[in-house]
Amino acid sequence: MPNKITFCLTVVFTLSAAVAAIRLRNPVHCALSAALAFAGLAVAFLGLDAEFIAFAQILVYVGAISILSIFAVLLTRGTEVEPTAAVFSRSWITGIAITLGTAAAILVPIFSSSILYKIAPAVASAPVQMIGTELMTHYLLPMEVMGLLLTSALIGAVVIAMSDRPEKKDDSSHPSVTRYPSAESKPATKRDLTTV
Amino acid sequence: MTPLSYYLGLSGLLFAVGFAGAVTRRNAVIVLLGIEFMLGAANMNFIAFWRFGASGSAPTGIMAVIFTIAIAAAEAAVGLALIIAVYRHRQTTQLEQMDSLKG
Repeated sequence: MPNKITFCLTVVFTLSAAVAAIRLRNPVHCALSAALAFAGLAVAFLGLDAEFIAFAQILVYVGAISILSIFAVLLTRGTEVEPTAAVFSRSWITGIAITLGTAAAILVPIFSSSILYKIAPAVASAPVQMIGTELMTHYLLPMEVMGLLLTSALIGAVVIAMSDRPEKKDDSSHPSVTRYPSAESKPATKRDLTTV
Repeated sequence: MTPLSYYLGLSGLLFAVGFAGAVTRRNAVIVLLGIEFMLGAANMNFIAFWRFGASGSAPTGIMAVIFTIAIAAAEAAVGLALIIAVYRHRQTTQLEQMDSLKG
């Protein structure tokens, strides 16, 4: 019974944080709420005896992806919506309708199937040693491919986000200043600097 | 122990919330967050079916989730870099203003 109470608290926490993440107006608040939702998901993983995945979830989602989103929001400053502007798209009613249809298509089969009260086997554990052994034996090729993918994604992200303006060369000695120009003040200040 | 369908229900609801965020928001960063929610819901299903499945000794679901998390991280990095690149050209992150293929 305490298991179920913990699970219900986890569900309420995760879903309310997720709903807040897509409902709030300020994108920074959205990213922080998303971090909370990912942490709640990690707690649910702990309840399923997947400790390694729970901690990987904390490290990658809460630690990296949420912070990356906050960085992206802050680097694209100046586009935040005015207090009166719409946050949701014009076709949000269609979107909500499709969402409800999707949710029904997922949830109705789940709660009408015979797996409703399937109880877990008593012992199911995947210690970190076993995961490491599996990664180095059965899953060696996928792991190598994943390393290649992560490397290429890292290089690709840097290349895409890099400034491609022609005056990049004379800026290269001050990359922290010129790498992410804010909206329209940058050319003026640069011209001022060169004239002075 | 909590039954399997509870976890599947949590996963389905989280998927729906992420889907709603992906299709209704204007800000591209929030759309990416919605996609991450959907990936997390899929991870939840993998772990739940692994835990309740017959083959409790082989960590197949856990392996799938490890690779999914890696792909989600790569996707988030590239997606946010794309958003920053578009912002540099168009000075916006609102998806409804990114309606031109011409750079």
